[in-house]
Amino acid sequence: MSDERTARGGPDILDEIEAEVAETLSEDDLPPGGPVYQTVGALVALAIGIAGLVLALDYGLDGLRRPGPGLWPFVMSLVITVLSLVLLVVGRRLEDSVSFSRSSLLPAVGVLTFIGLGVLMPLIGFEIPSLVLCVIWLRFLGGESWRSTVLVSVGTVAVFYVLFLYGLSIPLPHLLAF
Amino acid sequence: MDAFLNGFAVVAQPDTLLYCLIGVLIGMLIGVLPGLGPAATMAILLPIVVSIGDPISGVVMMAGVYYGAQYGGTITSVLLRLPGEASSVVTVFDGFALAKQGKAGTALGIAAIGSFVGATVSIILLSLSAPLVAGWAVDFGPPEYAALALLGVLLVSTIGSGHPIKALIAASIGLLLATVGRDQFSGAERYTFGSLELSQGIDFVVVAMGLFGVSEILHNLEERHGKPHVPATVADIWPSRADLKVAAPAIGRGTGIGFFLGVLPGGGAVMSSLAAYATEKRISKTPEEFGRGSIKGVAAPETANNAAATSSFIPLLTLGIPANASMAMLFAALLVLGITPSPALVDENPDLFWGVVNSMYVGNVILLLLSIPLVGIFVRILRVRPAILAPITALITILGAYTLNNSTFDVFLMIAFGVIGYLMKKGGFEPGPMVLAFVLGAILENNVRRSLIIYDGDPTGFVKDPISGTILAAFVLVAAWPVAKTLLDRRRAPATTTPDRDHAGV
Repeated sequence: MSDERTARGGPDILDEIEAEVAETLSEDDLPPGGPVYQTVGALVALAIGIAGLVLALDYGLDGLRRPGPGLWPFVMSLVITVLSLVLLVVGRRLEDSVSFSRSSLLPAVGVLTFIGLGVLMPLIGFEIPSLVLCVIWLRFLGGESWRSTVLVSVGTVAVFYVLFLYGLSIPLPHLLAF
Repeated sequence: MDAFLNGFAVVAQPDTLLYCLIGVLIGMLIGVLPGLGPAATMAILLPIVVSIGDPISGVVMMAGVYYGAQYGGTITSVLLRLPGEASSVVTVFDGFALAKQGKAGTALGIAAIGSFVGATVSIILLSLSAPLVAGWAVDFGPPEYAALALLGVLLVSTIGSGHPIKALIAASIGLLLATVGRDQFSGAERYTFGSLELSQGIDFVVVAMGLFGVSEILHNLEERHGKPHVPATVADIWPSRADLKVAAPAIGRGTGIGFFLGVLPGGGAVMSSLAAYATEKRISKTPEEFGRGSIKGVAAPETANNAAATSSFIPLLTLGIPANASMAMLFAALLVLGITPSPALVDENPDLFWGVVNSMYVGNVILLLLSIPLVGIFVRILRVRPAILAPITALITILGAYTLNNSTFDVFLMIAFGVIGYLMKKGGFEPGPMVLAFVLGAILENNVRRSLIIYDGDPTGFVKDPISGTILAAFVLVAAWPVAKTLLDRRRAPATTTPDRDHAGV
């Protein structure tokens, strides 16, 4: 691959195209997060590694001849710890993170509706919580009109009712029984 | 040969055909719609595959989603300059340029024909080579499997997108997560924190649905840009004879590149489309044409990504090692259906093996037939606002997770992994290597420990064994490559100031 350069004598074409691709993809994206994001990321990984190490010691390493339950997790945690330390040093100026913004509230609300559905489904069946989830996502997270919100929500829940309970005969907890 | 022909009999059954059709349609649809990728879609569909019950139909459908997505991804690349799939990103350059010149139809037609040729040649090569590879690997013992799984995890981490150190960290965390639960050798509980549910281990379907499915849904919620896209009108899909003549050599080369890169773990469709495009540009007498509407610039990557999508089934079906994230989902589907992919698959389960392989011939014919005349319909689907699809995918995901074990524990665990995946992307970590490593985790640990028992605690046994030794040598090469490349780059350009990218390459 050494002598294959572009006509202009620039870097390898594949690298060039990859850079161009990255640019095309990132045009609409949020800006990168900066050194703080990188450091926090590496520290979280480091914490996982160290916690893994400590717990693995508890499970018992034993020897290579008869590996104990803790040996494999110990090795994995060691790899995580070492790599996280390396990342902490070399990764500060990377630009692959994505910054949080005001619109990061949308996924946060989304997660809350997920949890709500998970909590309510066994108690009152899936129909009403699903309907509420659809309405929140369409009207408030998606900015749809009330008309399309109602049509799509009711339609979706009805289709899912038929699909899961009759089409796939999966006993989802449900309120309405026919 | 009998088994091969029998495979067609399996595919010809109405049920299997129907699921093949559903699979490629879903694949094409998610390929057209930017947002969910094939791996995420396959993850979300896992519970439905379980409830289909019939392994062949389920796997045929999942496979259809994967290669169908390669066809669909092209449409948005050409018409909107918005790649529906990562593997169609390079198609954007010349495809959109052609569309601006009013030749969108030609670009789509060439892409569809190239895709069909690439995929079909690749399936023929797969049909011929897979039984040989499986036959060779059928005597593999624990050391070979351990080495192979290790190589797979490493390749996926280093070749895929993202920073290699971050990918390796994600992969190692995936391997660590796979140890949660009761240890198969000693019965000791690891990382369960006293939870009864966790002592059963974490279900990989839940991990995959969370890290791929939920995290992508959350990510899309944030990135969404309100209004629908209005694509250019498409006329004249059938390419002229002159266009075909120009495209033919590129299609040929794309097929070869795609097939070989697809077999490599971590290669797959994305990498091969880039490599095919780069090759065309490199050997072209008129490289300045590329990016301004070169037919070859559409034909080569679109052929290559389909050829690669097909050939990446080889390591999964013959060795039981998934080569990329989508194959990991297929691997997961097989496991939940009670089938462990291994070299013995072709002998023990010929109906499944040949049924899946041969369904790809049928699926590609369906895709070719659909993609040319139905382009208009898919263009219209593009006008559906993403906001309308979001709650539908969200509901499929949650209700699907619940149906796995009829428990909300899985739902909450999936949501947790979804949040983790979302935060990982914020920090520049790709969730792909983590999921793949998680899927391979148990195989890797069990085989390493069994090998150590066989070798009586002597780890040099791995290197002394010829096959696992060779695989591990490949491992070292792959691991050393980024470092070597950085050093080489520095020697090439000693005068220029070192950019950040060089640090990133270490």
